[in-house]
Amino acid sequence: MIETQRSVRSTCPYCGVGCQIDLQIKDDHIIRVDAPFDVAPNYGRLCAKGRFGNDFVHHPSRLTHPLIRKDIGSAPRKAIGLEGFREATWEEALDLSAKKLAAIVKEHGGDAIGTFCSAKATNEDNYVFQKFVRAVLGTHNVDHCARLCHAASVTGLQIAIGSSAMSNSIAEMKDLEVFIVTGSNTSETHPVISTFLREAVVKNGAKLIVIDPRQIEMTQFATYWLRNSAGSDVAVFQAMAHTIVHEELYDQEFIEARVEDFEEYAQSLEGFTPEWAEEISGVPADLIRDAGRLYARAKNAAIYWGMGISQSVHGTDNALSLANLALLTGNLGRPGTGLNPLRGQNNVQGCSDSGGLPNVFPGYQSVMDSEIRAKFEAAWKTQLPTESGLTTMEMVDAAERGAIQAYFVMGENPMMSEPDLRHARHVMENLEFVLVQDIFMNETSEYADVILPAASFAEKEGTFTNSDRRVQLVRKAFDPPGQALPDWVILCDLAARVEVLLEHDLSAGFTYQSASEIWDEMASLTPPFQGIDHARIDRESGVHWPCPSPEHPGTPTLFAESFPSGKGKLTPLTYSPGAELPDDEYPFVLSTGRVLYHWHGGTMTRRSKLDDIYPEPTVEIHPQDAQQVGVAHGEMVRVRSRRGAIEVKALLTERSPQGLVFIPFHFAEAAANELTLDARDVRAKIPDYKVCAIALEQIN
Amino acid sequence: MSESKKITITIDGKSVQVPADWTILQALEHNGLETPVICYHEATTPEGICRQCVVEVEGRRTLLPACVTQVSPEMVIHPSSERVTRTRRTILEMLHASTDLSQAPELLQQSQAYHADPDRFPEAKARTQPVLDDNPFYVRDYEKCILCWRCVQACGDDLQFTYALSVGGRGHETHIATFFDAPMPETTCVFCGNCVAVCPTDALRGKTEFFLEQGLDYDEIRRQKRQERRKGKPQERDHD
Amino acid sequence: MQANQVTTLSLKEYLEGIKDQGKTMLLPALLEAQSRFGYISPEIASQISTALQIPLADITGVIEFYSLLHDQPTAEHMIRVCTSPTCSSQGAKRLLEELAHMLETKPGTATSDGSYYLEATECLGLCDLAPAVLLDQTPVGQANPERVLTKADAFQTHVYSDEAVITRRFGLIDPTSIDDFIAHEGFFGFHQALDCGSDQICSSIKDSGLLGRGGAAFSTEVKWEGAASAPGKPKYIVCNADESEPGTFKDRLLLENDPYAILEGMLIAGFAIGAEKGFIYIRGEYPRAQAIFQQVIENARSSGYLGNNIQGSDFSFDIELRSGAGAYICGEETALFESIEGKRGYPRLKPPFPTTHGLFQKPTVINNVETFANVGLILRIGVEAYCAYGTPGSSGPWLFCLSGDVARPGLYEVTQPITLRELIFARGGGLRDGGEIKAVLLGGAAGKFVSPAKLDIRLTQEDTRAEGLGLGSGAVVVLNQETDLKQIFADLGHFFAHESCGKCYPCQLGTQRQAEILNRLASGAGLPEDRERLEDVGWTMTDASICGLGQTAASAILSAIELWPEHFQGKERS
Repeated sequence: MIETQRSVRSTCPYCGVGCQIDLQIKDDHIIRVDAPFDVAPNYGRLCAKGRFGNDFVHHPSRLTHPLIRKDIGSAPRKAIGLEGFREATWEEALDLSAKKLAAIVKEHGGDAIGTFCSAKATNEDNYVFQKFVRAVLGTHNVDHCARLCHAASVTGLQIAIGSSAMSNSIAEMKDLEVFIVTGSNTSETHPVISTFLREAVVKNGAKLIVIDPRQIEMTQFATYWLRNSAGSDVAVFQAMAHTIVHEELYDQEFIEARVEDFEEYAQSLEGFTPEWAEEISGVPADLIRDAGRLYARAKNAAIYWGMGISQSVHGTDNALSLANLALLTGNLGRPGTGLNPLRGQNNVQGCSDSGGLPNVFPGYQSVMDSEIRAKFEAAWKTQLPTESGLTTMEMVDAAERGAIQAYFVMGENPMMSEPDLRHARHVMENLEFVLVQDIFMNETSEYADVILPAASFAEKEGTFTNSDRRVQLVRKAFDPPGQALPDWVILCDLAARVEVLLEHDLSAGFTYQSASEIWDEMASLTPPFQGIDHARIDRESGVHWPCPSPEHPGTPTLFAESFPSGKGKLTPLTYSPGAELPDDEYPFVLSTGRVLYHWHGGTMTRRSKLDDIYPEPTVEIHPQDAQQVGVAHGEMVRVRSRRGAIEVKALLTERSPQGLVFIPFHFAEAAANELTLDARDVRAKIPDYKVCAIALEQIN
Repeated sequence: MSESKKITITIDGKSVQVPADWTILQALEHNGLETPVICYHEATTPEGICRQCVVEVEGRRTLLPACVTQVSPEMVIHPSSERVTRTRRTILEMLHASTDLSQAPELLQQSQAYHADPDRFPEAKARTQPVLDDNPFYVRDYEKCILCWRCVQACGDDLQFTYALSVGGRGHETHIATFFDAPMPETTCVFCGNCVAVCPTDALRGKTEFFLEQGLDYDEIRRQKRQERRKGKPQERDHD
Repeated sequence: MQANQVTTLSLKEYLEGIKDQGKTMLLPALLEAQSRFGYISPEIASQISTALQIPLADITGVIEFYSLLHDQPTAEHMIRVCTSPTCSSQGAKRLLEELAHMLETKPGTATSDGSYYLEATECLGLCDLAPAVLLDQTPVGQANPERVLTKADAFQTHVYSDEAVITRRFGLIDPTSIDDFIAHEGFFGFHQALDCGSDQICSSIKDSGLLGRGGAAFSTEVKWEGAASAPGKPKYIVCNADESEPGTFKDRLLLENDPYAILEGMLIAGFAIGAEKGFIYIRGEYPRAQAIFQQVIENARSSGYLGNNIQGSDFSFDIELRSGAGAYICGEETALFESIEGKRGYPRLKPPFPTTHGLFQKPTVINNVETFANVGLILRIGVEAYCAYGTPGSSGPWLFCLSGDVARPGLYEVTQPITLRELIFARGGGLRDGGEIKAVLLGGAAGKFVSPAKLDIRLTQEDTRAEGLGLGSGAVVVLNQETDLKQIFADLGHFFAHESCGKCYPCQLGTQRQAEILNRLASGAGLPEDRERLEDVGWTMTDASICGLGQTAASAILSAIELWPEHFQGKERS
């Protein structure tokens, strides 16, 4: 029997559920991962990634030394593996990076630098990152992958109610009565949340409405499954609203007290009959009516959604149409209700909360608000730019124009996750300087000039904030490999060096002794965090923000009394089809997404045991489509779009409807984003990863 | 709990007050009496199957399982009568004869406490069987399985709602089954490992621990799995 | 059987027809597949899983629980040889060996040409005709290989009575003819019930002192009152026809000879407690009884004795026949519910009890076949006349199943109390071939041994209880001086080890340990302290098992240890 030497409580580094885990350590290795049964949010439950997928931290390909590109300065820059880099000392690597960044700031201004902070790093890491970018580099060009996942949810919810976080907690899921799951393959993307949702159905008799083109596992638990065609979400939701208004199933009292623009909205629904929606979506009109009635008549009903809603050219409209349903029926502000975008990355909530966005400081305080800006200027002892910075995709565009000269990427892999990778590569090749800070080489660091080796979650202290706004601790289990250091330590050193080169009179302050100290500084500037510190999280195992004072219990359910925007706003919508529809040449619709056993760009999971169970890229094809194309189960097939082509293994399954194929985007050797479209939602700037046209071809 | 009505019961001759909705197990623990349990786990539905927590209650023909029996007014409980200790010792002795308990520290401890002789039943049929090693994450070493059902419950309605496991067979031939004995990757299993987490005897255990037991070092463990996978797949991109 | 109705449908069509009922149809669907294909393949199991929305693993769990279901191909014909204690004492083991030899196969295997599959089975309820065999759906009594292979259907159980009360219609009527039944005062009790109302019925049942005839002798009135007053709808009536206690065959005879009387009892119970649905769960080893009862249900429906507004009253009631699939444990009431619900036949924890949380967790009355037969009788002849039979503590007529080495094995109706000696000698004609009694097993495998010295005990609840015995299900197995008692003990051990459901540790492990020790004692290889081992195992099972099976699995052995300690002494091996 193998005895463990110590047990370290931490937070799972994969998805936004934020499972609490106990790392069982022997010889500085994680030999087992347990989960405490008495602690939220997961109460002992884990998924394959959390339980078995944390072995990536011990992978020999971890970055252990600072690296400098051997042919630094030659253009255009080529993607290159480890062999193209040489090991350097921290001194040399940081000095070089500081000089390059300072030079660009001096010559072109801070806005010539584009930076990506990380939804995988801690709140403390991200706080220091954006502080460095804003206060030292002097730009608000800081963004992260939330742009690529929930930006549309954020935008839509901001319009409707003025807040974009998940409104209700994971803990209340098992007691649900009626709930909608749409655009979320919950059992693969948020596996532990899916168990609580299933528990509601199995044990609490809850009624589930799934709205999704694919026969995802959750459909097995559904009372109604609305199998709409890809991209027809707005039509279905609006038609549900039509039924609710037409049959007067709305919550009159709630609307009078807390919602505006009802009359206008009700009138706008005129043409959105279920029959009309049936033609667009393929969902029988009566099923739409039944779903609308079930949702509206429930005492409490909640909505959960994922990327299927937000990663769309009409992502904002999708989110708005869901918000409309909740506002019409008064399903907000109580346990068992709410508008709940399920967040992807472990700390995507926290990264945004900590100011990893171009338009806001920590706690969503606007950079354009002079009072707020003054507060941060005083704290950071510097002048701050007055206009918002650029979003990720705007940074790509700016780089293409030459307006951005350098990238600083911390813990993200835009060269895998951006849409239309061919375009993104071209941009990388021509930058003046690329600085990457990560735990592994990846598709982005292959373009780096300097690579800084960082500590993994198991090797540092800090906090992650999960999808239901619960701030939880990450604890150090062992030292980082080689010379790797926690992100915030690296950032502080780099920031101090750049400050010297830029001849700042006063330092913004990068002399933290601990992650806890960083949190305290952030909380002092961020009202909703002021009741939270590391010691309290340690005692209570997690605290839901907003939590304005140490006495405040935290807020699992938002909007009990009011919305941040005052009244909720019903928004009339129009329906428009997808940006690229199938035609004779590209007759199939491609949807991309995730599978249970992999995570995003695969940086972690493909260096884990997880890769053994799902070792290669695949495409899900309906058997009849496969027959038409002439491809058999398990055969390789070429998938081609107007932008690129990849070869993947065909999985024949009726999970995807005829005409729709699904490709997971985790595999660098056949990156789904070679195919996807760089079409964006106008308001949220989010790319559409869920609908583009492709052709399938036999490989001879 | 604290709001519920209190009732008076007698434990070992001592009169105590406990909430009326408590189980005997709660009442005993609250009064400082440790009760041995085998199948009971905080995260799974108590089914009262191991009967190790049985106690003698006056006026009742049989012994009662403390984990699932609610207290009732005037109940007189003898938590360690001779019948109780004989039952507990015999259950452990019978279990030793069928099962490899070498990696079940709690059961070994109970065996000591109840003076259970692991060799009490010679020539008994043990449920000996090879280790099932059919997936990258955990092994199923069912000769260590004591049929506590926790894995099935964890996979089903208590934690995961995935239903890849069932109890199969009958009587002493009872075993944990998959659909037609399919290897785990061919079942609905999603490798959450929640079953592994609730296993009390290491019948289910992670591959890392399994390989460490076999004397492999960490590098060998990592390479082992990947070599297995690479067989016949030379074109695979190398992430090592 | 239901299977007969659907043979014209494909399995797919059959599944389509039942899918809305969901999980409760699992066992019927599996039995249907088993009878069509001889086994249940993964493909068929998957189809059933999809149709009834049951996880695949659960289907395997259920298949493996029931002896009559196979997940591997069997053969064209199935030969099941009963090896329970009675048949075993009458040469069943030899029969099995001979059949295996003739067919050139072994138990648990098919012949090479795929025509026969031979297996040993537990009690077939043909104990008076031992040794007994079930060839497909045909019972073969006094079996020898030739009779088995020629499908000789010499199958006749003798019924004896001092006064035929419960058995009065036996042989007088065509069992499936509702007109015959009515012509012999059939449904008289039910019409009485309709007239007097449910309160009056319950008080009649109470006054009659009717005790359950399934083995536990529990008060029928307490069950009925409990379910009648329990909140929750719908309520259910369940007839426990899973008669499986070795040595017992009375319920089979009631079902085959006077089935409407059972139906009438269920109707009355349904009316009394406000139930609209009844189930009769007949063990899978009783294909004849099932066929007859299915016919009876249909006739009753078309004659207005089942369905809506029965006989013009406000009372509506219907009955569904469910087949068991080879599991003794399903005679335990909560295990039977689980089985109807489509699960493994595991006994539930009690409390809660069936009266409040029975079938589908609804208030339920579950009674034995013979108990229901008594219900109609009580209502028909009245409490006073009823109580003139039997004794105050054991009112009414009682059925006994006499088998083993007696001259006249068969079913005995006893209306006035008699002793065990009188039953065996005065009524049963004494021992066959003038033998002497070595032991009597009273109450079946779950009962106790009685020594020849105790034959004057009166066969009533009160008298047997006073002696620490019980009537159980009325099984009386007589063993003569030639009997190898140690082999009978080993057979008993095997029976419980085979039939333990495996849920609770004391029984799952204890029945196995008990069987192992009894086996080695039977073969003369007992070890020192085996007796102490048996006592520890036995008392652990008795004290701590979840259900009656485990609690009685050592009953006969513990009684034997007291009577014949010398049989349990092992010795040091050299």
